[in-house]
Amino acid sequence: MSLNQEPIDVARSPFSEAMEMFRKNHAAVAGLVILILIVLGGIFGPFIYQGDPFEMVWAPFSPPGEEGYLLGTDYLGRDLVSMILHGARVSIAIGVSAAFLTVFIGITVGALAGYYKGWVEEILMRVTEFFQVLPTLLFSMVIVALFGASLPMITLAIGLVSWPAVARITRSEFLRIRELEYVMAARASGVRNWKLIFKVILPNALPPIIVQAALMVGSAILFEAGLSFLGLTDPNVVSWGQIIGSNRQYILDASYTVTIPGVAIFITVLAISLVGDGLNDALNPKLRQR
Amino acid sequence: MNFVSIIFQRLLYAALLLTAVLVLNFSMMHLAPGDIADTIAQANGGADAEVMEQIREDYGLDQPFPIQLAKYVGGVLSFDLGYSFFYNQPVTTLIFEKLPATLLLVITSQLLALVVGVLLGVFSARNPKGASSYFVTLFALFGYSAPVFWTGILLLIAFSLKIPILPVAGMRDVTIEGGFFIHALDIARHMVLPVITLSSIFLALYSRLCRASMMEVLGSDYIRTAKAKGLSDAQVTYKHALKNSMSPVVTLAGIQFSAVVSGAVLVETVFSWPGLGSLALQSIVARDTPTILGILFFSALVVIVGNLLTDLVLRMIDPRVGSKG
Repeated sequence: MSLNQEPIDVARSPFSEAMEMFRKNHAAVAGLVILILIVLGGIFGPFIYQGDPFEMVWAPFSPPGEEGYLLGTDYLGRDLVSMILHGARVSIAIGVSAAFLTVFIGITVGALAGYYKGWVEEILMRVTEFFQVLPTLLFSMVIVALFGASLPMITLAIGLVSWPAVARITRSEFLRIRELEYVMAARASGVRNWKLIFKVILPNALPPIIVQAALMVGSAILFEAGLSFLGLTDPNVVSWGQIIGSNRQYILDASYTVTIPGVAIFITVLAISLVGDGLNDALNPKLRQR
Repeated sequence: MNFVSIIFQRLLYAALLLTAVLVLNFSMMHLAPGDIADTIAQANGGADAEVMEQIREDYGLDQPFPIQLAKYVGGVLSFDLGYSFFYNQPVTTLIFEKLPATLLLVITSQLLALVVGVLLGVFSARNPKGASSYFVTLFALFGYSAPVFWTGILLLIAFSLKIPILPVAGMRDVTIEGGFFIHALDIARHMVLPVITLSSIFLALYSRLCRASMMEVLGSDYIRTAKAKGLSDAQVTYKHALKNSMSPVVTLAGIQFSAVVSGAVLVETVFSWPGLGSLALQSIVARDTPTILGILFFSALVVIVGNLLTDLVLRMIDPRVGSKG
């Protein structure tokens, strides 16, 4: 029994060490604060700043600050503040759920390939390569176009094209860790395969996967923005990319309708990548010394 | 293993991958709700059940799945990707019409990203605490975080609308008359913004990686030896160090082919560039399934060929790659 506990106990003190490292990284902390604000804005914003983002509230193309509309109105006279706040919900929700899906598929494939090696690895890695050959955005466009543009389908499409990176990292970590002595000892003492995979090896393989997962949230948000910019999104939901896509023809009259949602995407992804870099420094200190 | 047999092996594997893409393509088409009969019926404002049945029979849709699949794969092998009912043209004709524009955009922007990225990386590696190093870090963050279509629109606002020095959209100005040179110049002018936009993502990646690998190489023993021999700094950097620090960058560039094609879809849409990406979006909006799947197949082909070429380049610049197998 004590063998199964071991990696968890060992992981405890490096955890507080990593927290300490993260706290010292000002850029990462700033990123985290911004990110928390955006998430809070997405969750509570629509309750505080009430109003239907689809409702025409004022004349179209009213510039920011005029007539009491802080960020102005779009080509249909809709309030941009309201649209940005509702868009934050969609971006964060899709970003997080797609990243979860990505990590889930990636860890499963990577762990099985790295643990069992042999023909299992051969087949799984060929499948991974296959998915890397399909241009990500194009493939997900096809999925969304063929099977419908609902939020779950978009999440699925993003997850389906993004997992190979996670699978590769997980596999290489598993290949390294499975040869370590404590794993050998656990195996020799009769620990079952699935327990070895999920309780003995996985906890120690997690640090680089966590960093990758954090960055995945950012790239999933960019991905969703790209899809909705192209118009491949649920038409009943506001999203940042979609605001840019639908206002694109009017940049001559009202460039702010495109710049403002873009800034929202940019800041969100920037904050996530700062947090990701901070996590990387904190969790993989050895990598950093290079 | 010798060079020829490695290449043969790679080509065989590439063919297998492409066949897998075809099977996936066809299965998706089969699984998706609606078929060609529905599309034709929709285009003609509806059709009764009997006509639909006739269409399905004509296109072999009533046959079992394996036979349809075999026919599709066989068709592709003879360069037949199906027929677009939206454009009223064979899909291959459509694709070959648009492919050159996309290749021009993709290859130019990758070359730009590689050259400028490597130069930036080298400059900042030689001076790790200097302004250029700081710039590379900031630039890499921007390149990763800014959505590429947004970067494109910002450039469009700045250089086509506010300061109108570059064309807004398209690939050529039809009103321009003149010889080959004038047309080439016209296309080049149209290319400036799309190429800069598309390369911005990769420029950031390459400069960051090149800086890291250059710094590692500059710290190694053989560089110290070269310096001790009395070679100048520039000679050591550009003749000795650069060659070795290039292979991670080329490897990364090879992996990026799929991302480049994806980025091209967005950039082409922003600048109305008449390439495969624009065609992909139009055919998706029109629900023109044969064209969409044809483009997916062709872009997978582009990625595979790109990977093969990268592999060859890597073997040429770094002999260690070959020996590892």
